[in-house]
Amino acid sequence: METLIFFYFAGVILLTATLVVALRNPIYSALSLLVMFFHVAGLYVMLHAEFLAAIQIIVYAGAILVLYLFVVMLLNIKREERFSKQGGVALFLGIVLLAEAVILGISRGIFVGPAHVPPQGEQETSVGNTESIGEILYSTYLFPFEIASLILLVAMIGAVILTKKGILESKSP
Amino acid sequence: MLYALIPLLPLFAFIVIGLFGHRIKDHAHLIAVPAVGLSFVLSLLAFSDVASGHVLEIPLYTWATSGELTIRLGLYVDQLTAAMLLLVTIVSGLVHVYTIGYMHGEPGYARFFGNIALFTFSMLMLVMSDNFLQLFVFWEAVGLCSYLLIGHWYERASARAAATKAFLVNRVGDFGFMLGILLVFVVFGTLQYQPVFGQAAAHSSDTVDLLGALGGGWEVSAMTLICLLLFVGAVGKSAQVPLHVWLPDAMEGPTPISALIHAATMVTAGVFMVARLAPLYNLSPVAMDVVAVVGGLTMVVGATIALTQTDIKRVVAYSTLSQLGYMMMACGLGGYVSGIYHLLTHGAFKALLFLGCGSVILAVHHEQDMRRMGGLKEKLPVTYWTFIIGSLALAGFPLTAGFFSKDELLLSAWNAGALGQTLTVLGILTAGLTAFYSFRLVFVTFWGESHVDPHHADHVHEPGKVVTVPLLVLAVLSIVTGYIGIPDFLQHAFPGSEGAGHHGPAATVIMVVATLAGLIGIAAAYLFYVKSPDIPERLMTQWQTLYRLSLNKWYVDEAYDKTIVGPTFRIADRMWKKVDIAMIDGAVNGIARGFAWWGWVARFIQTGETQNYALGMTVGAVIILTAYVML
Amino acid sequence: MNVPVEFYLVLSGIVFLIGLVGVLVRRNIIIILLSIELMLNATNINFVAFSSYLGNLAGQVFVFFALTVAAAEVAVGLAIIIALYRHHESINVDDFSLLKW
Repeated sequence: METLIFFYFAGVILLTATLVVALRNPIYSALSLLVMFFHVAGLYVMLHAEFLAAIQIIVYAGAILVLYLFVVMLLNIKREERFSKQGGVALFLGIVLLAEAVILGISRGIFVGPAHVPPQGEQETSVGNTESIGEILYSTYLFPFEIASLILLVAMIGAVILTKKGILESKSP
Repeated sequence: MLYALIPLLPLFAFIVIGLFGHRIKDHAHLIAVPAVGLSFVLSLLAFSDVASGHVLEIPLYTWATSGELTIRLGLYVDQLTAAMLLLVTIVSGLVHVYTIGYMHGEPGYARFFGNIALFTFSMLMLVMSDNFLQLFVFWEAVGLCSYLLIGHWYERASARAAATKAFLVNRVGDFGFMLGILLVFVVFGTLQYQPVFGQAAAHSSDTVDLLGALGGGWEVSAMTLICLLLFVGAVGKSAQVPLHVWLPDAMEGPTPISALIHAATMVTAGVFMVARLAPLYNLSPVAMDVVAVVGGLTMVVGATIALTQTDIKRVVAYSTLSQLGYMMMACGLGGYVSGIYHLLTHGAFKALLFLGCGSVILAVHHEQDMRRMGGLKEKLPVTYWTFIIGSLALAGFPLTAGFFSKDELLLSAWNAGALGQTLTVLGILTAGLTAFYSFRLVFVTFWGESHVDPHHADHVHEPGKVVTVPLLVLAVLSIVTGYIGIPDFLQHAFPGSEGAGHHGPAATVIMVVATLAGLIGIAAAYLFYVKSPDIPERLMTQWQTLYRLSLNKWYVDEAYDKTIVGPTFRIADRMWKKVDIAMIDGAVNGIARGFAWWGWVARFIQTGETQNYALGMTVGAVIILTAYVML
Repeated sequence: MNVPVEFYLVLSGIVFLIGLVGVLVRRNIIIILLSIELMLNATNINFVAFSSYLGNLAGQVFVFFALTVAAAEVAVGLAIIIALYRHHESINVDDFSLLKW
């Protein structure tokens, strides 16, 4: 049963990922990415990471994607040539990498031995996922947490400055 | 020790002139002439010292010791050396004085004096050496001085070429000389004369395996090999056939040095060497025969060429070649005493002839072709009469020193067996030729109508006293040296060689025949050039091939050019073009160009498009991963 | 009946490669940025899968931070694109070759 759900999620993820890369209209690409985000959140729920699933939808789908859509519509992008000249090479490289991943996997015994299933029972504790993450985030990983906020601050400042009209025009040749 | 000053005084003169030449300029003779004069006085002292029969050995300095080889500097004066000392200092001194007049006003005045002082030093050290290495060092030094002096007027391309030619041809001889010295060391273990001469007899049957290094077996007598190799050096230095080609070209140099170097002293170094090493040569009959034959050949070749030359200096140069052949021949037949005797008298009259030529050249404003002279005997009396005396001595006219020495020489040759007798006959014939060409020179230059260039005809006059006095001194010497008993003096230095038997039928016959040959030669010259001047023309057309052979020096220079010089230049040219320029320069430049090309190619990796850079990164990652998977 | 972790690995790998090819292939800068998001998501899936199968929460915390950084990166990236668009009137990546020799 779980396997079937997994295959559903995985299949849609793969399909929408391909669509993102292949579609001509950037708005369509953004929308398929949206669908993909939802299904990734679904996968997270299956993996008992409910908090992350929520965060995924809120941040990625709700903020980042919206930002993309704003920019796409702001810039009024026309449809242009899709693939660059190095497309053939890149595709080839992708296939090579895939093949190598398979080879590695087989040689390391990932797909031939018994499947690794999660250990049973330990996950079902009384504490929910959110609470556990909160606990660990504010104790062991406090410092990275603060740094992350700093990163966000910097990004904010950067974004504001980069888009200020005056600065760029004075630098243009 | 005082005698060490003999060579050192000219060296000192050279150093002073060399350092201060710029300031001394026209007064350089004030330093050089007294130096040589003092050397002469000291040489007289040395001469009287050894006249009684004993020798002087003066070790000076041990330079280096390396294993078994000890290199020393020392002086050895025996009768042979003393005679050479006198010859060198007298002729050098007279040439110094002559130069004051000859090179007067020339820009290279001081340099010339410095060079001839250096030469005098080198020649004196050469004859006073007591070991092979010192001999060789100063052998080379006189070669160097010859180069410097032949090329004195270096602005002339022909002078530069002649100087280089002299040096290179000498070098060929010196190579053999070096090998000979090395062999001496290998066989004897020492380079000092006295020990070598002492042990010579003990090594007389030693052999050297020439093919030893290649595993073969060609044994030759060590003594013969040594003597032959050393003789190769003499062939170069004394201008014997086939290394005689440099001597006529050396006439590019100023006449004083033609007299000093190429008549009296440097060219005689080869003969001197053979005589000095007589103890070694006496042990190798083969080598001596080779020496004699080479000398005989040179004697004839020189005389035949001198018959047709028109440059007065060239005539005298080929005459020198011929007389050197005489001396070498005599030494090769065991007649060391007579060979050296002739060397000494020849030094006097040949220097006289050269200086006389110089005087004539000065008088007719540097014209050297005898066909543009003539009628000079009234205008240059001193020169004329001294020239006559010198030519008579050269022709072996009775009562001159040349007569006595040539007679002595032919007699000792006759006493030396079958080869000697053959060569004596050749010698007599050559004496006839010698007389002919010397008086041809006299008659064409001094007698008859004047063919002097009309512009200069009025200014022909005798040069000053500094030029004529040396001529007079040499003329006196050309006669006197026959009477002062040189052979007896020299006999002390060559124990074991008998004096030529002066009495007996052979002696008288030779004397008479030789004198006749000389007189016939003079008469023929008179006939051809004074009485019937058309005879030479007729003979020239009748015997055209012989005439051309003689005029073109038997085409030896041309033969060398075709076989040695030409190919060498062509090989050098090819090496230059194919190896140096194409390969070596090409390789170096090619590496540089390769790098430049790589740089140009590498530029294209920077397209400026970020996607390409991302692709590059991906490619790199793929490569690493592939490598990981493969290995 | 649980899903073996290998499945998640394979999925994550394929999505990553799709994202990689998208970065290298498309000319539209917006799509390139979207492909980068794909790659980030693929790694997130990987982390969360391992976190679940090893019982260690560190993986999820890492995803948390990766998310944060992705957000920051998107903000700045889009700002750059806007600035570039204002300058060149184009968002075709071929038009930006200022890093050239």
